[in-house]
Amino acid sequence: MTRALAGPGAATVAPRVAFDWRPVVRIGAIGGAVSLYLCLVGIVPVFNQRPLIIGVISLGQTALVLSLFATGFVATRKLTGTAGARFLAGGLAGGIAGAVLSALVLVGSVVPLRNVFLNASPELYDLLTFGLGTSGFWAPLVTGIALGALAGGFSLLRPRLRRSLYVGFLSVVIMGLFAGLIRTPLLSSPLENLARLLFAPEGLTPVGAVITFAVAVALNEYRRTNDLGRRYRAVPSDRRWTVIAPAAVVLSIAVLILPQTLGSFFAQVIAIVALYVMMGLGLNITLGLAGLLDLGFVAFFAVGAYTVGLLTSTGEYGIAQWSFWAAVPFAVFFAMLFGAFLGLPILGIRGDYLAIATMGFGEIIRILAGSDLLKPLLGGPRGITNIPKPFDVPPDHWLAGPNQIYYIALAGAALIAFIAWRLRGSHLGRAWLAIREDEDVAEATGINLVQTKLLAYILGAAFAGLGGAVFAALVGSIFASSIQLIVSINVVALIIVGGMGSIPGVVVGAIFLIGLPELFREFSEYRYLFYGFALIAMMRFRPEGLLPSRVTLRELHVAENEQPPDAAEGALVAQEEAG
Amino acid sequence: MPLLTAQQVTKRFGGLVAVNSLDFTLEQGSIVSVIGPNGAGKTTFFNCIAGFYKTDGGSISFDGTPINNLRPDQIAALRINRTYQNIRLFQNMSAIENVLVGQHRHLHTPWIASVLNTRGVREEEAAALDEARELLRYVGLQGRGDILAGKLPYGDQRRLEVARALATRPRLLLLDEPTAGMNPSEKQQMTAFIRRLRDDKGITILLIEHEMRVVMGISERITVLNYGEKLAEGTPREIQTDERVIEAYLGRSGSGDESAAQRAGGAAEPSAGAATTVTGA
Repeated sequence: MTRALAGPGAATVAPRVAFDWRPVVRIGAIGGAVSLYLCLVGIVPVFNQRPLIIGVISLGQTALVLSLFATGFVATRKLTGTAGARFLAGGLAGGIAGAVLSALVLVGSVVPLRNVFLNASPELYDLLTFGLGTSGFWAPLVTGIALGALAGGFSLLRPRLRRSLYVGFLSVVIMGLFAGLIRTPLLSSPLENLARLLFAPEGLTPVGAVITFAVAVALNEYRRTNDLGRRYRAVPSDRRWTVIAPAAVVLSIAVLILPQTLGSFFAQVIAIVALYVMMGLGLNITLGLAGLLDLGFVAFFAVGAYTVGLLTSTGEYGIAQWSFWAAVPFAVFFAMLFGAFLGLPILGIRGDYLAIATMGFGEIIRILAGSDLLKPLLGGPRGITNIPKPFDVPPDHWLAGPNQIYYIALAGAALIAFIAWRLRGSHLGRAWLAIREDEDVAEATGINLVQTKLLAYILGAAFAGLGGAVFAALVGSIFASSIQLIVSINVVALIIVGGMGSIPGVVVGAIFLIGLPELFREFSEYRYLFYGFALIAMMRFRPEGLLPSRVTLRELHVAENEQPPDAAEGALVAQEEAG
Repeated sequence: MPLLTAQQVTKRFGGLVAVNSLDFTLEQGSIVSVIGPNGAGKTTFFNCIAGFYKTDGGSISFDGTPINNLRPDQIAALRINRTYQNIRLFQNMSAIENVLVGQHRHLHTPWIASVLNTRGVREEEAAALDEARELLRYVGLQGRGDILAGKLPYGDQRRLEVARALATRPRLLLLDEPTAGMNPSEKQQMTAFIRRLRDDKGITILLIEHEMRVVMGISERITVLNYGEKLAEGTPREIQTDERVIEAYLGRSGSGDESAAQRAGGAAEPSAGAATTVTGA
């Protein structure tokens, strides 16, 4: 209606409907600061080495384009005004952000910025000005205005269309990132020609980008028009296995043949993710269920790893030269023993104090492992080496190298997930949750706090010990330097990102926080930057985690037909009349 | 023999004597109220019985067993349970899970059996679920068991707290202001419900309550606390006419004892309302 009253022209010439420019300028300035940061911290130049669509756009350029476009889009999003006002606001915000980059080029051409900012190089200026050098300083400004206005136009589209385009572009970016990883294994398969058509050695081909975009949009439209989510929910719960079972079979086959098809690099990354899933599920019991924040969790991991190291190593510190399989039960057992040993003295400590105390324990274990005191036993900083692989097979066997660890780690993670799932549903799991919710009330309800908390420590430690055992076999050695505080923090973070107390959440958290950084090793410099950014964004926008645990329906599957919820209101009255 | 006996119970917080040499007995199967102005030590006394606080002197025994040095979970095992003045549910668990936590003490299968999901575990869980559903129905919460406890409306949360306490199969139930924040008709329902608890299940009930209509209507005996000491004890009729009780609630007129008057009058709405009810009833 507003659009009909004031045409686009009216808004651009004389914005009568009070055009509030202040938030737009503020967003523009923020966008400029973000873009400037991306350039100076080196993300744009480093990512520029890697193409997204070969010959068209690099990852670095994508980052810049996205930040300018997002600036324009955010600036127009809260606007209720006319189409013209939207273009104006987008262009203004994008222009301000672009102007900041123009200023960078201008200043950089006069002042030797490079003495302070290593990344403020001529290459960066060339990138910003499309190869025009510093004389093209106006280029970012114009680009910013254009992209901002484009974003303004984008915000005018119908939400459904906008969402489709959004999914399409996102798919292109994701496929572009993974293109190299997907292409390599496909080249040695019957799909070789398809791989060559879609993927360059790094990034997508232009044809591949168009196809990816089209397929993503089509799939998204198909999903929406058919409303698959609702159709699945409409399936009665006792028939759902007909949908789940085939999916599970396909998934397990894919998982089993994965190292053979995608190569051992992928297998190794997934093995590391599985290791963190094991530790995550362990800490998920102590922290996610029982609410005991343990920042020294790596200690149990270390106990498991050193036990396997000592018992199996064929090197100088090995004491038994057992097989991996004989050593694993001992690794788990000793980890549990340590769980009890560390758990007992800190049972009465709550909250922040507990976090500090456990962190202290973790550090003690790390320092002890690397100390001269235990050097004759654990090898000090040089650690225990020559830990044999669990299966002794020739190098061309399908189980050779990291592949076997992949299967062992996956099996271990699956076993632990199963145990964790059963525990969560048991009365012990409920007692843990009750302690997390309100310790005093839980105790007054008849829960023995000492026993229950200690079990949480012991079982959590067992899981981490198994993770440590697999780690020792994966790497073939264990050093004191592997037992870093950051490992504990990673595990806490992946639980929080995944969703406290949620088993699928741990898996998703491990994939995001451990798997992705492992896949993009070339950007490892920025690993913790993205990590921190992701954590802050999570806490700000989705504090319950990516896959929060859901309420298990326990009452309704029996009682649902008896009485509708509204009838409950009358129950007390009925009782009163009866009594 | 009385079910609960407290002798010379004292609880201090620094210099403040919250409960001072209190003698108290409770007969099996009775409904007894503890009343008194705000800060009189009622909830502190409850916390001493439930094991939340260690007493600084005196002794409490339940059915002949001394309980003043036991942990809260041991006291719960003797079948004493309670509700709380400010509702304290396990908010992020569903209503029925709250009740199931109350049954924790009766579920004995070890965790390893739970992992293997043995037949014993399945049967125990099924029985526990049945009992929990039955309890939800008993307090009028059927159909709401799968709602997160924290998302239930206020009145339902009060009922759920009672259901959780009942799940521990208590012989003595301590109710800390069970009708706080309820409207008159809800209060009436709750009063009838408490009486049913005693009549149907034979549970002895000790309650703290500010609402005099509830107290006078339900209690067989009433104990009045003031400054941590027992001021009076007796049947509702005796308490209503007791000079000292009226004095404690209204303050001694003209004697200059300003603080007592202020405490009675200035205390939160319930006790001010209570004062008028005591004299008016």
